[in-house]
Amino acid sequence: MDHIAIVGVAQTGYEAKIRNKTNYDLVYEVTKGVLDDAGLSLADIDNIVTVSNDFMDGRTISSMAVGEAAGGHDKNISTVEGDGTFGAFYGAMRVLGGFNTTLVVAHSKGSEGSLKHITNAMFDPVYHRLIGIEAISASAIQANSYMDRFGLSEESFAMVSVKNHQNGFNNPYAHMPLNLTVEDVMKSARIADPLKLLDCSPVSDGAAAIIIANEEYSRRAKTRPVWIKGIAHCVEEYFLGDRDLAVAKSLRQASRKAYEMAGISRPVDSIDVVELYDAFSYMEPLWLEGLGFCEEGRGPGMLKDGITLMSGKLPVNPSGGVLSSHALLVAGLARIIEATLQLRGEAGSRQIPEAKTALAHGINGPCGQSHCVWVLSSEQ
Amino acid sequence: MPGSVAIVGVGQTDHRSHRPDVNGREMIYEAVQRALLDCELSINHIDAIIIGNMDHFESINYVDTWSVEGSGAIMKPIMKVSTGGTTGASVAIAAYYHVASGLFDRVLAIGWEKNSESDTTGAIITCSDPVWDRFSYSGAIPSLATEASAYMNQYGVTQEDAARVTVRDRGNAVNNPHAHLRKPVSIHEVLASPMLAYPIKLLDICPRSDGAAAVIFASDGIAQRITPRPAWIKACSVRHTYTWFGDVDYKQGLVSLQRASAEAYLRAGIKSPADELDVAELYLPYSYAGLKWIEDLGFCARGEGAGFVEDGHTDIAGKIPVNPSGGVLSANCIGATALLRVGEAALQVMGKAGPRQIPDVKQALATGFGGCFWSDVLILGSGRP
Amino acid sequence: MIKPEKTPILSQKGQIAMPYTWWVGNAGSRFLAALRDDARIIGNSCEECGKVFVPPRKNCGYCYRELTKWVELGNEGTVIAHTVVHFSFSLHPCRTPFAYALIKLDGADVGFMHVVRDHPERLSNNVRVKAIFRDRALRIGHILDIETFEII
Repeated sequence: MDHIAIVGVAQTGYEAKIRNKTNYDLVYEVTKGVLDDAGLSLADIDNIVTVSNDFMDGRTISSMAVGEAAGGHDKNISTVEGDGTFGAFYGAMRVLGGFNTTLVVAHSKGSEGSLKHITNAMFDPVYHRLIGIEAISASAIQANSYMDRFGLSEESFAMVSVKNHQNGFNNPYAHMPLNLTVEDVMKSARIADPLKLLDCSPVSDGAAAIIIANEEYSRRAKTRPVWIKGIAHCVEEYFLGDRDLAVAKSLRQASRKAYEMAGISRPVDSIDVVELYDAFSYMEPLWLEGLGFCEEGRGPGMLKDGITLMSGKLPVNPSGGVLSSHALLVAGLARIIEATLQLRGEAGSRQIPEAKTALAHGINGPCGQSHCVWVLSSEQ
Repeated sequence: MPGSVAIVGVGQTDHRSHRPDVNGREMIYEAVQRALLDCELSINHIDAIIIGNMDHFESINYVDTWSVEGSGAIMKPIMKVSTGGTTGASVAIAAYYHVASGLFDRVLAIGWEKNSESDTTGAIITCSDPVWDRFSYSGAIPSLATEASAYMNQYGVTQEDAARVTVRDRGNAVNNPHAHLRKPVSIHEVLASPMLAYPIKLLDICPRSDGAAAVIFASDGIAQRITPRPAWIKACSVRHTYTWFGDVDYKQGLVSLQRASAEAYLRAGIKSPADELDVAELYLPYSYAGLKWIEDLGFCARGEGAGFVEDGHTDIAGKIPVNPSGGVLSANCIGATALLRVGEAALQVMGKAGPRQIPDVKQALATGFGGCFWSDVLILGSGRP
Repeated sequence: MIKPEKTPILSQKGQIAMPYTWWVGNAGSRFLAALRDDARIIGNSCEECGKVFVPPRKNCGYCYRELTKWVELGNEGTVIAHTVVHFSFSLHPCRTPFAYALIKLDGADVGFMHVVRDHPERLSNNVRVKAIFRDRALRIGHILDIETFEII
């Protein structure tokens, strides 16, 4: 793979309801922001990938609404529907395929739609949608399956929520930093067993953008480039009943491929910081297993042993993660941005000292059916 | 330098008004199996998949993850690319970059739609801004009708001129076993068909179809081993500039197509498109586009489209045959439609277009149209770039 | 009169309310018709890998070939994962609390997702459940022709 780098990042603050800005305004804001960050002008950007979803925006061809805000006038522009990590993946391929610079931008305003209806529409219209299943209940089934298989406790998931909401205080963009105890999480409202209110991420509004550049343009940008070392994604079966929900099979495959590209054989030793897609508390340990940081069923042990704390050997979600801010589609791109800031040494009070290699992760579909893994490095 | 990329296999369903015998996933499976059969690959050879459609035509959220059984994506990478009417071309272009990036060697592009499952116009109307335009915008037909009447007024074009485009495309569809509408029509029949929105009549506009298309792309070195005559991608250009419907200056022509095609011709080294291209598969969703947009593509001068068509230059035996497949007027499964243009152009270059084959095609053009007057242009050729 | 910059923000209400008719396809129609006419759950299986799927489908996603062999499954099975739902949502088929369960029907190799309406608190993984069908007159060829699964 040729040398390509992330040379600019920008994100809005994440909030429950951003009333005074439309989707267009949010995209415009982060597009301006990412150009400023990179020290590039729109003329330096030769193509754009927007990330949107027609269900979220309540609009067919949702990309129409934001192309101009992203600087897409008279440029080569395309649109990925899915998590921002997948949009960024396409953006990276476009640079590898001949463009100089791709601007990738994602937006969503969960406050404008009905997320339960929107996620219900992920499920089969004949067999599953009519029984009312949506993302929360489906994820609860996954959490149940995971606990049952490995004898895990609800408290071990609650600890993730405590850690990530606490980390959120160090992130000025976070929607919901909280000071919690395990008991607070355990006593919060029961939503769908074993998930309680504080096991679930909030629904946020926000937008984020990055610029991916080839080697030549990485030198023109004013930022310290963050090099893309390994990228891969993979999907597993669709019907929940066809899957083994207790094991992140497709993540295992995607991460293996990304590590191979990056020349990493022992990820737990090579990676300094992880930003992963923890839409629900149980997802963090399950994804850590899929990422090969520990054996299956051992994910919760990593936090019990302090490994994933800010001070641990492998800090996970120092930004507060998706549990602290969850703008759909944007959240994966935010993971890439957080990893980039860590490697630039610009993560402020959430900085992990001397982070050189970082991992960012995003998901698509119900219960992490599809995973996208990014390995980034401060060294070329 | 990005590597060269070629199309090596094409598959499509037999497009119909509705396909009750299969659900969406199963219809996709049919097209993919045909594409694999076309180039004698198995699904195990495919490294990555790109899929596209328009969400509100079937109300399926996350089509990438929903489709996996039919698309063959289980334990592979799949992503969804969706840009309205241009979706099929966007999917093809994404497949091109998947291979050109060097990350994947054999990539499957899928476009599909089951338009029979919803109200197409009802869904399309929601593309307009929910606050500003949705109350006044009434879908694709009236916006195209506005373009057509402005064009007629500008150049003195008649409804009969436009009818010739329908007659040509519907006549060509007789040679395409996959087309949805395979019955030829006469100029009289077009003119006598019910008026939908002046000057567009029923036979001036595309049908809505159920169907899927699957096209397989491969990298240099591998493509030649799969098929003796791959269709190489020489250029792909895109202009998706947003236009408020009220802002369009129709007198300038279809600006996005002018710009995208000029860029594509430059990349492919084409100076005189009508002479150098051997065939064109154009996304013409209605008859008037077959007059006006060929001017924007530089096949003839501005205002001369009607004469160019009337003189037979776009006929099967003409200077630049347009839509030997029967085009969009004969089959329109929207998310697949632009990918079908690319696939048909590839079949022409590969010499595998059967009864609709134009002899000795070395260079072919495919276009996509959609969004709000957006254009995508691809140029395919028999010679490795 | 130009309104000041700090004019209160207005919003617009709307919804995409589209009617849809999803074609169930040949395989799915045989399954739903069996629910309706016979109160039986059927699946189909792959002659290559031998997996038995429910709901049945046209092709095996693993072997990527058509499924032609049909299998009558038991109307009973074992719960492999579940959740008890406490929040309300307009698309729920019944009042909360109720449970969603993945059920390994006897003779199937994959889980079948459905609801357990009554006594969700008594549900646990590995319990046996059986399908309770609506009365014949109320069955229309719909996934909710199975009204619920009941703990045996």
